Amino acid sequence: MSIEVRKVTKRFGDFVAVNDISLTVPSGELVALLGPSGSGKTSLLRIIAGLERPDAGQVLFEGEDATTRDVRHRGVGFVFQHYALFRHLTVFENVAFGLRVRPRAARPAPAVIREKVMSLLKLVQLDWLANRLPSELSGGQRQRVALARALAVEPRMLLLDEPFGSLDAKVRQELRRWLRRLHDDIRLTSVFVTHDQEEALEVADRVVVMNQGKIEQLGTPQDIFDHPATPFVMKFMGSVNVFHGRVEGGKALLGPLAVDYPGHPHAEARPASGFSRPYELDLGRHEGAGGGFWATLRHVNPAGAVIKLELTDGGDSAIQVEITREQFEALHPKPGERLYVRPRQVRVFLEPGEARAPSE
Amino acid sequence: MSGLLPSRRPAAVAPRPLAEPPVVRGLLILVALAYLGLFLVMPLTAVFAQALERGLAAYVAAVTEPLALSALKLTLLTAAIAVPLNLVFGLSAAWAVAKFDFPGKNALITLIDLPFAVSPVISGMIFILLFGRQGTFGPWLGEHDIRIVFAFPGLALATTFVTFPFVARELIPVMQATGKEEEEAARVLGAGGWQTFFRVTLPNVKWGLLYGVILCNARAMGEFGAVSVVSGHVRGKTNTLPLHVEILYNEYNFQAAFAVASLLAFLALVTLVAKSFVEWRTGRTTTSTEGRSNA
Repeated sequence: MSIEVRKVTKRFGDFVAVNDISLTVPSGELVALLGPSGSGKTSLLRIIAGLERPDAGQVLFEGEDATTRDVRHRGVGFVFQHYALFRHLTVFENVAFGLRVRPRAARPAPAVIREKVMSLLKLVQLDWLANRLPSELSGGQRQRVALARALAVEPRMLLLDEPFGSLDAKVRQELRRWLRRLHDDIRLTSVFVTHDQEEALEVADRVVVMNQGKIEQLGTPQDIFDHPATPFVMKFMGSVNVFHGRVEGGKALLGPLAVDYPGHPHAEARPASGFSRPYELDLGRHEGAGGGFWATLRHVNPAGAVIKLELTDGGDSAIQVEITREQFEALHPKPGERLYVRPRQVRVFLEPGEARAPSE
Repeated sequence: MSGLLPSRRPAAVAPRPLAEPPVVRGLLILVALAYLGLFLVMPLTAVFAQALERGLAAYVAAVTEPLALSALKLTLLTAAIAVPLNLVFGLSAAWAVAKFDFPGKNALITLIDLPFAVSPVISGMIFILLFGRQGTFGPWLGEHDIRIVFAFPGLALATTFVTFPFVARELIPVMQATGKEEEEAARVLGAGGWQTFFRVTLPNVKWGLLYGVILCNARAMGEFGAVSVVSGHVRGKTNTLPLHVEILYNEYNFQAAFAVASLLAFLALVTLVAKSFVEWRTGRTTTSTEGRSNA
């Protein structure tokens, strides 16, 4: 079922958690709401679920207004960050809960419930734990029980709040791949909230990057990663080197860097910043073509698939560079050595707020 | 819970750095036991010894005498009104405090403690000032021929007032610790308000609730100060067990006084056993905060 959010705003006192957001989730898609804490992603999810009432705007399911519909009748499956399993009920009873509380007429027969619950527990590979209490399970198992419980009521969409947030790294990896496969199997419209960009990029069909109650960018994982729309997305999607400076006359002059910037051919200067990812910088011992600069190698971290180097050009922030093992061995730089840094790619953004200044 | 603490000592590697010398340990235990004996066991034995001083027959006579029976009945009846009222109030207050944010929440939490803070005598006086003949509502009540003070309604009111913090106080931390996610989960799964309450909320707090009810009941049956002020001491009409004991004692009828007192002590012991059972069942190790006296 498709979900549409129209101009939704939610305030908590003076704090605007969700600020006039519009968003459409097509049927069958798996969408990630990605952002730092306080960006409004969880509030938006809870508004879709009906656990929170928006102060303004609408929520539509399949084109039908559901803004005032009670949580109980929205047909959502919700997975809470801390599982929220019923601690006094067994795994089986937790999953059966949604079926047992139905009005008598709609309640399945005990045998049907039993069969359904067991098949769901099989789906999440936990049928052998049916009679345990939640407190006897590991974090990953609890999360899967929570998922089975949410699926038991045959929801028309699945909403997950930081589903892997409180699990350790390895379990998180496994579970998110498993969730992706599960989604490919059942094709249920799903929205999940995360602050982990890796998770969002790996699992989702589309990613919504949020910041301060607004959507910064919406796109496929590849879009978001390759073409960040704003400095915020650029910074949020992984470590990045920032060069502050200005643009004028079709050129960006960013500290030690100078690159073409045809977007601003005017004569007067505007403050701007350039962004390069650590792996978008090349190192060498000779000045080559294209704008680069000399810097001193300070530190090498040789553990990992790529070699991480830290350089300084005398400025206050260090320059992070990642090169392959082969490149590192070919170059074999020593700490303290002067190296030539040449960016293969620099993304230039005009400083926010400057757009208001009269430029023409 | 305590599994996180090193329960096994490293075998004979080194003496435990914080172990007290045996003398100190023995002394501490001795002091504790002596204190317990002096202030708890001795009085309790004295009560039962005095009660049975003139034999079992006299004991039974004192306890089954009509005035004693009526006092017992009144005490149980008062508790039967105060405890359910405070159960409902405590549940709703704890629910409101734990699950919602509203202006005046801290004021409510403070007010809940009021009956603990003021002397029971003053609690009784409040009702005299409100409902007594010269009180705020006195004239109106007189016109409509409703008696509250010096009658059963006054006893019930005073007892309810004095005992109302118990359930709420016990439940608020429990409910705050459980949070509201489980309730939200139940709602999303389609459970209605009452279903959520009976299937999720109540099971989560049932032991805390029972604990609060037991304490509340103990205090309701044993309350003396507030009840004494509003009762008027009409024998056979407005005398509860504690008041009856006092009257007997003042009449130098020691044996009967102690016999009736032993009834109260017995009720208290039953309550304590029930309380320890609940404590054992909840496995609460640290949460029994605020050293409260009961009965």
